[in-house]
This record gives sequence, structure tokens and C-alpha cells, in this order.
Amino acid sequence: MGILIQQIVNGVTLGGMYALIALGYTLVYGILLMINFAHAEMFMVGAYIGLFTLKFLSDPAWGMARLGLGPVQEFFTGSVLGLIIMFIIVFIVTGALTGLLGVLIERVAYRPLRNAPRLAPLISAIGVSIFLQNAVLLWIDSKPIPFPDIFPIVTLPYGLNSLKIFIVVTSIVLLLGLDTLVSRTKIGKAMRATSQDRGAAQLMGININSVIAATFFIGPALGAVAGIFYGMYYGAVIFNMGFFPGIKAFTAAVLGGIGNLRGAMLGGFMLGMIEALAVGFLPAGYSGYKDVVAFLVLIIVLIFRPGGLLGESVVEKV
Amino acid sequence: MEKMLNVEHLSTSYGKIHAVRDISFYVNEGEIVTLIGANGAGKSTTLKTISGLIKPKAGKIFFKGENIAGLPGHEVTAKHIIQVPEGRRIFDRMTVMENLEMGAYLRKDSEGIKSDINWVFELFPRLSERASQKGGTLSGGEQQMLAMARGLMGKPELLMLDEPSMGLAPVVVETIFTVIQKLQREGITILLVEQNASLALSIANRGYVMETGKISLTGTGRELLANEEVQKAYLGH
Repeated sequence: MGILIQQIVNGVTLGGMYALIALGYTLVYGILLMINFAHAEMFMVGAYIGLFTLKFLSDPAWGMARLGLGPVQEFFTGSVLGLIIMFIIVFIVTGALTGLLGVLIERVAYRPLRNAPRLAPLISAIGVSIFLQNAVLLWIDSKPIPFPDIFPIVTLPYGLNSLKIFIVVTSIVLLLGLDTLVSRTKIGKAMRATSQDRGAAQLMGININSVIAATFFIGPALGAVAGIFYGMYYGAVIFNMGFFPGIKAFTAAVLGGIGNLRGAMLGGFMLGMIEALAVGFLPAGYSGYKDVVAFLVLIIVLIFRPGGLLGESVVEKV
Repeated sequence: MEKMLNVEHLSTSYGKIHAVRDISFYVNEGEIVTLIGANGAGKSTTLKTISGLIKPKAGKIFFKGENIAGLPGHEVTAKHIIQVPEGRRIFDRMTVMENLEMGAYLRKDSEGIKSDINWVFELFPRLSERASQKGGTLSGGEQQMLAMARGLMGKPELLMLDEPSMGLAPVVVETIFTVIQKLQREGITILLVEQNASLALSIANRGYVMETGKISLTGTGRELLANEEVQKAYLGH
């Protein structure tokens, strides 16, 4: 029983991260019918930006203290209130910068190919992905960089701890926020309209380029948050860290029904849960097969529901 | 009367196919003008070029004296030139109400939007019964009504209707055409593209006949209805 609860806790934590990444794939697919293979790298770059922002704000040997802002740095690291404010700043700065990078990439690498055959932007995305990985590898480091461990970890029963709770709660708040944004706000409705019929959306007076830019901001911004979580959870970042979470999140998006926002969220949590339970209940020595179990579930779901769990037979979008 | 829309020497092509070749026509304020012609004559392409969905290859499109040729679609809509597209193209997975809200996307006057929603519900009472239903669950006729109502939510000065009768039962077509005439009386200028030539000409002040990308004939609705060539080619006499 203990191990079940423990693995559910781990599954939800992992699932929150997968969901945050998965919705980036699904939003872009919903609007452009394109798989943004560079999205995994948004997650990776986000983790790095988060790491450096956090170091800048908290590490006495870095930034703030050197700029003569030592007292501010002490406030950030010295009190609970300071920590909360600091993490909020880290998330906002990281989300905004990574979001802007996403917008830039769309502008440079995808927009010129908007009317090209569908394979072209896909190849372009793979190019962007390789570029970003190598840029980080060359300009920053090829080795893992430890993530500052300033988040106070309080251990609780059943494998619960303050960090996992923080990750799960923040993920859920962000996911609910995005869901509300898409279903109720003007820009969200414009996104849905654009995904359903781009031409008709234009006839409504919707500026398609702005909507696409917004999509390319939101996805990477939330992916970056997942990147920070990942860094905090596993304690380090590395240039190729995007690969597996990227594939998993993409799988989650397909599992839920690519193009369907709630599907991506559901898929993310399901996949995290399946993986964690597989680790907990596969015979000793076989936990490496967790991914096999995850992909098996994907295959079975796709056999019976080719559009994914929440997808329609004609692929449901955003 | 003032020319609200004045198209001069407009050409549009899809790749190497010249869909519209050097056409000129105009629409006066308050008129119903119709473009008729066979499938593929370039009628829809002409509308899409005016509304900015397709870029023109050459020529000018003056709206109230200003050349709008080549503006992106959303900027054309902002000038209250509103196209109700062929095949309705409503947002299937949005409710009727949300579709209407999308039609009012550029407006900020929430009071005005509310009163216009009441107005379109009066024009199409069927829609008010279906307000919370998803667009995709409506019948073809109701979808056409929704497409028009959605267009009206953008406060059109020039309303461009692309094949509003296509695939609809005669009784629904009658409703739609009654509304089109009502809209003219309310002061909206209308450019109507139709394959149902006799119906379109019967309500139009003037008409243009398009053939393979060119305008071949023009006249008042009555003149064209009486024209032998038009009768032979489009009216099935």
C-alpha cells in the first residue's frame, strides 16, 4: 500500500511536468498542424535560463551580490517570503524569455515556410532542435550543471515532500489557468477559432500572425516552467535533457488526442502515472521497462481510439 | 450615388492559373450587386481577393476612395468589409453564441454587441433557440444563417455573400434571400456571388456576368434577367 501511494505521488509529479510540456506540442499542432520538434529544446533552454536566473538571484558569488545588491540577495535566500518572491521572479523571467525565444523561432524558422509542403517546417523544426542543443553545448557546457538546491525540502510520509507538492500544485494552477485562458478569454477564443478555420478566423478580423505568435509564446513559456521543475527534481541540467521528456510529452499529447488541450493534460498525467506505477510494480531489475509499458499503453489506446483519448475521429484541435 | 467599392483592372492568380483577369466593376452605396457565372468563373476568387484572403496580382480595389488591394484579411475586416464565406465555414466546435462573439471580434462596444446579438436573433429566430449549441450540430440552413449572423456582428458597411443558397432547401433559401433584402433596406450594401442566377438577379439592382475570369456582361438585374444569352447560359431557358 505504501509503495502504491508513493508511486502515485511520483506519477502525479512527473505527470504535471509532462502535461506542461505536452500542451506546447498540442497548441502548435492545433493551429499549424505541425509537430514542433524543437519544443523539447524549449524545455531544455528554459531549464538553463531558470538555473541562471536562480543563480543570479540567490548565489552570493553571482550577479546580484556583485552588483552591490547583497542585501536583496540575502532577503531572497534568508526568509520564506524571500524564497517565494524569488521563485515567482524566476518563473516569470524564465517563462517570458523562453516564450520570446519561441516567438523568435516561429518568426525565423517556421513562418517563411507557412505555405510550404507540410514536411518542410518539420525538417526546419528538427534543424532548430539540433541548433539549440549544440548552441548550449558549445557556449555553456557539455557536462551537467547542478541546479542550485535552495528549495527547502521538507520530507513527509509516503515519499511526499515539499518539492513534489510544489511542482504538482504549480503545474495544476498553470494548467487550469491555461484552460481558462483558452476557453474564456478573447485571445483564447481567437486561438480556438484559428485552429478550427484559419481563413474564417481572418474574416472575423483576427490577426493570424499574432495568434500564432501567442501560441509560440505560451507553449515554450510553460515548457520552460517544466524545465525548471525538472532541474529542481533531478538536481541538474544538461544540453540533451530535452530528448526523453520531449518524446514522453509528445506521446502524452498523442495519447490525449493531439490538438486537444485537455487531452494533452490528461495524457501527461496518465503517462507519468503509468511510468511511476511500472517502476513500482515491475519485478526487481525490470524497472527499466517502464518506457515499454508506457508506449504499450499508447499503442493499445491508438488501436482502439486512433484520434487519442479525447480526440475525435477527425482530429480535434485545441 | 457614391461608389462604395470600385474594383479596377483586378487580376488574381493561383500559381500559374489566372483565376481573375483584369476585371473592373463597382458597387454603389446601398445597392445589391451580384456576380453570376458558372462554376470556376472566378466569382469566389474575386470576393476572396477583396477580403484579403488572396493577394491580387495586379489592379486596385478602392473602398470609399481608399485602395485596399493587398491588405491582410483582418485589416479589411476592420474597415467593415465583411465576407460571409462559401461553404459557411462556421466554427464547428464553438457554440452559436461564441460564433457570434467571434464575428464581433474587433468591436469593443459591449452594449452595441449585445443589441446586435438581439438584432441577428430577430433576423434568424432559429439561432436564438440554438444559442448554446455547438455550430457543428446545426443543419446546413442553420449554419448558413449563423454564418450570415456572424458576419453581421462585425457591423458591415459592405457585406459580401459567397453562394449563400448553396446546397440549401428552397424554403431556407427563401428565408435567406428575404433577409438579404431586409439588410439592404437597413442600409447595408451587398455584393452577392451566386450560382442561382435567376434568384440573385431578381433581387439585385445590378449584376455582372463572369466567364473564365473575365466580366462578359453587365446590366441591371432586370436587364440581365431578360437577356437572351444570360437566359440560355445561366437561367436554363
